[in-house]
Amino acid sequence: MSTVNSHKVKPRAGDPAITPALVAEHGITPFEYERLLAMMGREPTFTELGVVSALWSEHCSYKHSRPLLQGLPTKAPWVLQGPGENAGVISVGDGLAVAFKIESHNHPSAVEPYQGAATGVGGILRDVFTMGARPIALLNSLRFGPLSNARVRWLFAGCVKGIGDYGNCMGVPTVGGEVVFDPSYEGNPLVNAMCVGVMREEELIRAVASGVGNPIMAVGARTGRDGIHGASFASEDLTAESEAKRPMVLDGAPFTEKLLLEASLELIRSGHIVAIQDMGAAGLTSSSAEMAERGDVGVTIDVTRVPVREQGMTPYEILLSESQERMLVVAIKGHEDEVTKILAKWDLEAAVIGEVIADPVYRVTEGETIVAEFPGSRLVTECPRYTIEARESAALIAARAQNPHDVTPKPEERDHAWTLERLLASPTIASKAWVWRQYDSTVRTSTLVGPGSDAAVVRLRGTDKAIALCIDGNGRHVALDPRNGGRAAVCEAARNVACSGARPKAITNNLNFGNPKKPEVYFQLREAVAGIGEACTILETPVTGGNVSLYNENPLGAIHPTPTIGMVGLVESLAHVTPSAFQHAGETIVLLGEPTDELGASEYLLTVHGKTIGAPPVCDANKERALIEALLESIASGHVRSAHDCSDGGLAVALAECGIVNKAHQYGFTVDLSQWSSLSPRALLFGEAHGRVVISTSSAADVMTVARKHGVPAFEIGVVTNAADGAAFTLAHDSFRAPIDWLSRAFHEAIPVAMDGETPAEHAIAASHAPISD
Amino acid sequence: MTRFRIALHIVPRRGILDPQGKAVSDALHSLGFPGVQDVRVGRFLTIDTTAESAEAARQSARVMCEKLLANPVTEDFEIASVEVS
Amino acid sequence: MKFAIVRFPGSNCDEDALLAVTEGIGQEAVYCWHKDHDLQDADVVILPGGFSYGDYLRAGAIARFSPIMQEVIAHANRGGAVLGICNGFQIACEAGLLPGALLRNASLRFVSEPVNIRVESIATQFTCNYHIGQTLQVPIAHGDGRFTADADTLERLEGEGHVLFRYVTANGHVTDRANPNGSARNIAGIVNAAGNVLGMMPHPERALDAKLGSTDGLPLFTSILESFMAGAKS
Repeated sequence: MSTVNSHKVKPRAGDPAITPALVAEHGITPFEYERLLAMMGREPTFTELGVVSALWSEHCSYKHSRPLLQGLPTKAPWVLQGPGENAGVISVGDGLAVAFKIESHNHPSAVEPYQGAATGVGGILRDVFTMGARPIALLNSLRFGPLSNARVRWLFAGCVKGIGDYGNCMGVPTVGGEVVFDPSYEGNPLVNAMCVGVMREEELIRAVASGVGNPIMAVGARTGRDGIHGASFASEDLTAESEAKRPMVLDGAPFTEKLLLEASLELIRSGHIVAIQDMGAAGLTSSSAEMAERGDVGVTIDVTRVPVREQGMTPYEILLSESQERMLVVAIKGHEDEVTKILAKWDLEAAVIGEVIADPVYRVTEGETIVAEFPGSRLVTECPRYTIEARESAALIAARAQNPHDVTPKPEERDHAWTLERLLASPTIASKAWVWRQYDSTVRTSTLVGPGSDAAVVRLRGTDKAIALCIDGNGRHVALDPRNGGRAAVCEAARNVACSGARPKAITNNLNFGNPKKPEVYFQLREAVAGIGEACTILETPVTGGNVSLYNENPLGAIHPTPTIGMVGLVESLAHVTPSAFQHAGETIVLLGEPTDELGASEYLLTVHGKTIGAPPVCDANKERALIEALLESIASGHVRSAHDCSDGGLAVALAECGIVNKAHQYGFTVDLSQWSSLSPRALLFGEAHGRVVISTSSAADVMTVARKHGVPAFEIGVVTNAADGAAFTLAHDSFRAPIDWLSRAFHEAIPVAMDGETPAEHAIAASHAPISD
Repeated sequence: MTRFRIALHIVPRRGILDPQGKAVSDALHSLGFPGVQDVRVGRFLTIDTTAESAEAARQSARVMCEKLLANPVTEDFEIASVEVS
Repeated sequence: MKFAIVRFPGSNCDEDALLAVTEGIGQEAVYCWHKDHDLQDADVVILPGGFSYGDYLRAGAIARFSPIMQEVIAHANRGGAVLGICNGFQIACEAGLLPGALLRNASLRFVSEPVNIRVESIATQFTCNYHIGQTLQVPIAHGDGRFTADADTLERLEGEGHVLFRYVTANGHVTDRANPNGSARNIAGIVNAAGNVLGMMPHPERALDAKLGSTDGLPLFTSILESFMAGAKS
């Protein structure tokens, strides 16, 4: 029973009066305000309005997406913690658990790329170590407009530097990710950061407040006026006025967070606390309200006890501040001094600011005076959920119906080598070494496969195991067919970890979409989530949590609907770790999966013809499952030397990448694709049909046998040669050849030349990843 | 004891390559300032402290720079001002 | 023998350094906290990589004044071995244990990649197990790795054989393109006049395992071990 004592809560002197305009400014609709009045039984105070504005913002409440997310598969025997906590957790055997999550910082990065991206990394690190896990890897997925645009180059450089400076200072290797350039992101860049951590299973701690009388403590940095209403900012479209909201972007201090990380892990292992949560979006408000709601308990907080770094902060400001590098802790009564001592060792502060109470209310006081009080856990659950009428955009239906084969090839395309070279030079496909050379990828001496491969592989010390990690997404495919695209994103991520020798185990997802109140966007959201659910069910990779970022649009329009999938796979034995590049001349090249005539939604169409049209290639999750089984079985038997999946740019690009990606050891190849005589050469070479992996092997017969056993089409298509022999393709009606160094220059120089106007310095070794020794 | 505010400049020594200065100089040229010959990028510190006199404050500042605030191998320092605050 | 790994607030490569000793050469290693005044009778002190004190003011500038550094300096003055890696090299220079200074990379960017370094001298307890002119592959990961010193100091370092490692191409040539950070004379690591304090920007503790790409860091640690054992016998 709620016991909101109206007479105890009076408007605070100096606070603005509650008017319809003030309510609207707080992003609360009249419908939501009615709901609030009904819940409170009275008019809210200004402080209460601020709290609700944050907690009922899209970013915190998921009010448009929660009904859709409910259908996702979240359970498996290896899932220790699914959605609902700060990060998901899976068991990987040997008593170890892996915590992981992906989060976005899209809106802040659009106005202040360095700090926006940096604090995104800071936030996701805290989400992982607040579960008790030591962060061991970071990945990121970045999307920008075309690189020819100077502002895009500024955003890109700023985001990369921000991510690098924060992650490097924390001593957590950044091991992988993706960078995509597409006009649809020009006004709305996407910055998604993923963190993975490891702990012993028994070290897992949850952010569930409990124990009446237990003290609530604020630890870490002091609270200032930064970022008030950051959560609301993330829940609205970007406009010209957004630039003025620059103070809304926070300054991160990775050194403080490094201290906080060490102190938090020590605190969690110390036995002096029952719960801990990081203060992220909507700071103190959301962390305390969420912990109380999970524990189904009441809390009371006195804002005058929160350590502040500004004078005269109001309760409103203290509650909503998004000052970085702070955690909220529920300690065991009587252990406050122990907690303070641990924080002091790391030169950080700790202060008791409240306690867990029996009365099921969320109460905030300023000294003795109550300034906010909500009935029990209803504050979070009472937020309305919305289901919008969904309708696919007529423009996208029309675009999908266009036939890509009707697009007239350019005269240059008569030589397919020209097209291949153009694709390798397109920034979305080209080498991202310019980016990841700014990230420390080798600290912690556990990175077996670093950036530049299909998936990163990080070993688990003390075991013969490793985890494989990747982030994948494809906005074009989702825009032109959301349900199929959602399935495809999961399948591509699963293929990537399987190519590294890992069994896909679970995902975290970041749903980056436009304004959900628009039926066309809501349709995309609903369908993409359904597709993700289908693929996760068939591949047995449950969703353990993630992030929803909506309102990614500006006056020019919305972004492509872009779910990004963070996949965690398990390598059962270090002997299974498989590189993506060719390793030896003379080995046979086998293609698992089959080319089709599907050219729709391809990078080829966008790069060469500036079009995003056609039905995207169909993704069949059952076929993907069979492919992954066949691949893993061949890898475990030692028959696979390298494995690389086909995605952007299709088969020709995948083959070329196998030859050129590793600068220190490049190879040529000779392939015969003439058996696919009924397919148009463009589709055969550059179409993005799903379910395909390029393998190099010296036991082709064994690979073919295993593939047949699993019902996976498999074809011996050629042989790895020396780089000097070039890339040679035979098709049904013609053949072409391209020099390896010419393709390599296109691939390796595209981004450095665009960003620095010069070719990359050739340091003594410019390997994209350390070759795995036999 | 009086309260003073000391303003300090720490700059890269002449002769030391200052790539940040060069990058800024290039940017200024492309912004339409062809007359820019050289740019040095350094640090500006303000220190609020108490001392017996302005001279004593200045002397403390010198020692702070020599011991910690400036690296003698690569940086020069200048006490820009010492004011009663 | 016993190694002390110093931990400052912000040190990141402390665990890697510990494992380099315990797993790489099977010796004892302990952590020493920056506030301690006790090196726990260690024979060798490692100042590991990271961002001690957030690299605030200058990399290593604040760490050098930690209580533990008084012990480290005393240990070095007594002839004890000190190995400063990356941030450790920066701290050693700030503390006056080594000449020169490390500045922001000439490219103004953080650089993380495997580089080639050439062994310039094997006349030290850190490099006796290498061959002269041997080319090693070792990772670097730093934003402030440009070694700088005045002309006289550089001449002295070269003339007296105190340059231990130099950035080179895969074929062992000293070129600008092989220099990842603009260090004077491509200098990647130096030793002090007494030969007991080594500072280097590359991370030998990340080059001890073929699975990670290189084992070229191992002879550095075995050199320290064997020199110590030989010294202990005499």
